[in-house]
Amino acid sequence: MYDIIIIGAGPAGMTAAIYARRASKSVLVLEAKSYGGQIVSTPDIENYPAEPHISGFDFATRLYEQATALGAEFRFEKAVEIRVEGKVRTVVTARGSYEAGALIIATGSECRRLGLPNEDELVGRGVSYCATCDGAFFKKKTVAVVGGGNTALEDALYLADLAETVYLIHRRDEFRGEDATVAKLKERENVRFVFNSTVTALKAEKKLTAIEVTNKSGEVTELEVNGLFVAVGRIPENRNFASLISLDEAGYAKASENCRTDTPGVFVAGDNRTKEVRQLVTAAADGATAATEAVKYLASL
Amino acid sequence: MKVIEATGANFEQEVLKSDKPVLVDFNAEWCGPCRMMKPVLDQLAADRGDIKVVSVNIDDEDELAEEYGISSIPCLVVFRDGAETARNIGFVPREAVEALIGD
Ligand SMILES: Cc1cc2nc3c(=O)[nH]c(=O)nc-3n(C[C@H](O)[C@H](O)[C@H](O)COP(=O)(O)OP(=O)(O)OC[C@H]3O[C@@H](n4cnc5c(N)ncnc54)[C@H](O)[C@@H]3O)c2cc1C
Repeated sequence: MYDIIIIGAGPAGMTAAIYARRASKSVLVLEAKSYGGQIVSTPDIENYPAEPHISGFDFATRLYEQATALGAEFRFEKAVEIRVEGKVRTVVTARGSYEAGALIIATGSECRRLGLPNEDELVGRGVSYCATCDGAFFKKKTVAVVGGGNTALEDALYLADLAETVYLIHRRDEFRGEDATVAKLKERENVRFVFNSTVTALKAEKKLTAIEVTNKSGEVTELEVNGLFVAVGRIPENRNFASLISLDEAGYAKASENCRTDTPGVFVAGDNRTKEVRQLVTAAADGATAATEAVKYLASL
Repeated sequence: MKVIEATGANFEQEVLKSDKPVLVDFNAEWCGPCRMMKPVLDQLAADRGDIKVVSVNIDDEDELAEEYGISSIPCLVVFRDGAETARNIGFVPREAVEALIGD
């Protein structure tokens, strides 16, 4: 039995671990993949207070080392379910179950998929959700970016420096992202805009060879591409916990700045919570708040 | 054993002609999750004499990356008797790496 179990070793979860350990609580952090969360693949972070320049990997590793040095225990297991019985909160993973007095859900978000039948099997074989991670494989090749927000625009700009041709496919005729980035893209000769269109099929022979694009009037064209970068937003990772925390229409856990959920002793922290700004500094802030609230909750029992 | 660095020149000898199962780690210096993978693979190579662990730097060995259809890293590929038997993209903890290798 632990005092506090934290689900997710992203910036929010690891910050919560630091605060909980400094309050002398026993802490288990459960992580489905690697510590660090979304930020691990980012080459440069330039907006974290007092840290003018650091890579995502270094940021995550320093946070991890700080939390482990303070005595937080980490296990690399995915939480599939949570249960509440009286004062005991249980987290079920693929390999077992763990009990605590309080839980902090800090599961962040993951990239939204297009939802095409063979999409999953083509990840790493031409389909990617991270231009800065995988762009290097497409030097002098033809790629497509799908999406209309800032991530899609920045991905297209980044890839335009590497690839021979970049198609930017968007379901509307106007971008949601910043005008300045759109203007930069328009100056690039190797960027082709494909408006009012969606990607409707992926063609592959072992790896991606072409995509089928359908426009609003139903016309279908095939574009030969080596790579497809999907940037159609992110979805919060709250599905496994929906029985005990209420979610808004987009799937975010409804909680105010105090990070409390409908279930006493169950808190949420970070990008999976309803909030205005989803950044490292706000994730860290949530981690501090959720841990402090959890400590208060345990003291009140 | 230690992790062996493979290149286009020794890939056939070290990987395809190996009589032990080989775990090939396609990686790059600039890739954060690859750097997280390294200590896991170093430990695995040290502990398990029944397999061979090989690292391929995709920046230096872009032809190997191309040949094996790698477009996202870290990418772990298991070879047995010269043929690919399993593949995983992204960081995975040790137990998942061992499951990938199989018995
Ligand atoms: C490409 C990119 C660049 C960015 N650049 C910046 C930047 O420069 N500055 C900035 O401030 N912010 C940046 N951000 C945003 C920042 O990364 C996020 O706001 C922050 O990582 C959120 O932290 P989090 O801990 O809430 O969630 P996440 O980072 O998403 O971490 C959640 C963790 O929980 C784990 N998890 C999920 N489900 C489960 C489960 N069921 N069981 C166990 N573990 C689970 C995940 O594997 C993950 O490790 C960037 C984001 C991206 C994608």
